[in-house]
Amino acid sequence: MRTSTERLINYTMLSFFAILVLAPFIWIATIAFKTQIDIMMMKIIFKPTLFNFDKLFFSKEATFFRDIFNSLFVGIISTLIILVICSMASFTMIRTKISNWITAVLFLWVIVFHMLPPITFVGSWFQMANSVGLFNSRIALILAHVTVNLPLGLLIISSFMRDVPTEIQEAAYIDGCSNRQVYLKVMLPLLGPGLFATAVIVFLFSWNDFMVAMNLTAKATQTVPVSIATFSQQYEVRYGEMAAGSLVSLVPALILTFFAQKYIVKGLTAGAVK
Amino acid sequence: MNTKDKNWKILSLTPLIAVLVILTLVPLVNIFYNSFFDIRWDDGKYNYKYIGLENYIELPNNKFYLPGLINTIKLSIFAVFFQMLFGFLIALGISKIKRGKGLFISLFLLPILLPPIVIGSIWRLMYGFDFGIFNYILSFFGVFPLDWLGSSSLAFTSIVIVDVWHWTPFVVLLLLAGLESLPTDVYEAARVDGTSGWNEIIYITIPLMIPTIIVTMVFRFILSFKVFDEIYLLTQGGPGTSTEVISFSIYETFFESDNMGLGSVMSVVSLFVVSLLIIIVLNVIRRVNKYAN
Repeated sequence: MRTSTERLINYTMLSFFAILVLAPFIWIATIAFKTQIDIMMMKIIFKPTLFNFDKLFFSKEATFFRDIFNSLFVGIISTLIILVICSMASFTMIRTKISNWITAVLFLWVIVFHMLPPITFVGSWFQMANSVGLFNSRIALILAHVTVNLPLGLLIISSFMRDVPTEIQEAAYIDGCSNRQVYLKVMLPLLGPGLFATAVIVFLFSWNDFMVAMNLTAKATQTVPVSIATFSQQYEVRYGEMAAGSLVSLVPALILTFFAQKYIVKGLTAGAVK
Repeated sequence: MNTKDKNWKILSLTPLIAVLVILTLVPLVNIFYNSFFDIRWDDGKYNYKYIGLENYIELPNNKFYLPGLINTIKLSIFAVFFQMLFGFLIALGISKIKRGKGLFISLFLLPILLPPIVIGSIWRLMYGFDFGIFNYILSFFGVFPLDWLGSSSLAFTSIVIVDVWHWTPFVVLLLLAGLESLPTDVYEAARVDGTSGWNEIIYITIPLMIPTIIVTMVFRFILSFKVFDEIYLLTQGGPGTSTEVISFSIYETFFESDNMGLGSVMSVVSLFVVSLLIIIVLNVIRRVNKYAN
C-alpha cells in the first residue's frame, strides 16, 4: 500500500464486504430475542426476551439438549476415529518405503470421493444401516461422518506430515526405532498442531452436517441442524425458535474460530487440492 | 525390512482401506445393482423386481432430474464466477493490509465454518415476503415487495446470491494463500521502476496468480455440485423446477417417494457426470501445476 488514498479505499472495500458477511448474523441474533409478534411487525426497537430460548430448551416437546448431546457425541467420536485412521495411514503412505502405486491409488480414491456429491452414497448407507439394524443409531451416523470427512482429514494431516523434517525421523531409525515406534513416539508428538487443525475442522464439519444426519437419524438421534430444520417444516414456521436454535448452533464455530483461527486457515488451505 | 515392520504397514493402512471399501466402494456397487430393479418396501423388507434398463429409459421423462442437472451446472457457473470476482478483490485487499488482518480473516471464515442449515434459515428469514429484511428495505424506496423465493424468475437468482455469500470466503482463503506465496523480488523491481498500484495488479499480480485462480475455480466448480442444504430449506427445488438441483432430486426420489431404483439411476448418472468433470479438473490442475513449475 503506497498512498493513504489507496489504503483508505482498501479498508473501505474490506469493511463493506465484512458488513455483508456480518449483517445476516446480527439480523438473526436480533430475531432470536424477539417475540413472534415483534418479528412479524418488523419492530426495530423491541424489548429483548429470552422467550424463544426458553421454548427451545424447556418446552414440553423440546429436544434441544438431547440434540446437542447427539451432535457432540457424533462429532467427537467421528473426529477421534478420523485422527487415528488418517494419521496412521498418512505416515505409512508418505514417510515409509511403500509401493508408489498404493499411495497413488489411495490418494486418488480419496480425492475423487471428496468431490462426489455425498447424497449419491447416503441411499446405500441408509440401506446398509437398515439391513444390520443400525438405522436411527448414532453408530450409523458416526460411520457416515467418518467416511464423509475422511478425505479432508487425510489431506490436511498429510500436508502437515510432509512438513516434518526427515532428519528427525532418520535419527530415530538410527537409534533403532521401528516404523511403529517412529509413528507413536516421534511423529505423533511433532504432528500436534496438524492433528489439532484437523480435529477442529473435521469436528465442525460433522457438527454442521445436515443432509447425512437427516437421512440416517430419527427423532431420538437427530442432531442440531436436523432439529433446526424441523422448525421451518411444521404447519406454522416457528421463526423465533429457528433463530434461537441457529444462534446456539453457531457457538462451537465461534469459539473454535476465535481460538484456532490460524490452524483453521492453514488446515482449510492444506485440505484443498494441491 | 523385517516382518514386524511389514505387519505394521499393513495394519496402519487397513482401517483406511476398510472404510473406503465398505463405505464408498460397496455403496457404489450397490446403487449400480439397484438401478436395474424396481424396489418396493413391503412387509418390513425390500422386494426387488428385475426390470433391466427400464429405470434408465424412464430417467429422461422424469420431471425433475434433467432440469435439476441443468440448474446445477448453471448454478455452479454463475456462483463460481461471482465467488472468484469478489474472492479476488477481498484476497487482494487483505494481502495489502497490515493492521486488522487476523480480524478480517476470522470474519471472512465464518460463512464456511457455520452450519449451512443456519445459513439457510438466516436467508429464509431475510428473503421472507411479509417481514423479511429485503422487502422492508425496498419498501423505503417505494418498491413493491418481491417474492424472492416464490417467483420462478427470481428464485434461482436468490439461490445464486446465497451460494456466493456462502462460498466466496473459501475462494478468499485459497487466493490469499496464493498471493502470499508470490515472489517478492518482482514487486521490488516494479517498485524501483515506479509502477503504479493498478499496473502492478494488472501486469504482475494477475498473471502470476493465474495458476492459483484456475485451480481454485475448477475446484469450486466441482464442489458446487454438492449443494443441498440451502435448497432444502429455502425452496425445496421450487417453484416448479426453477431451483431443482441433482442432490435434491436424488433425495426426493430415494427418501420421499421411496423409489429406490430410480433414485439409484439418478445417482449413477450423477456420479458419471461428476466423474467426467473430475477427470477434466484433475487434468487441468496437473497441467497448471506443470506450467507453474
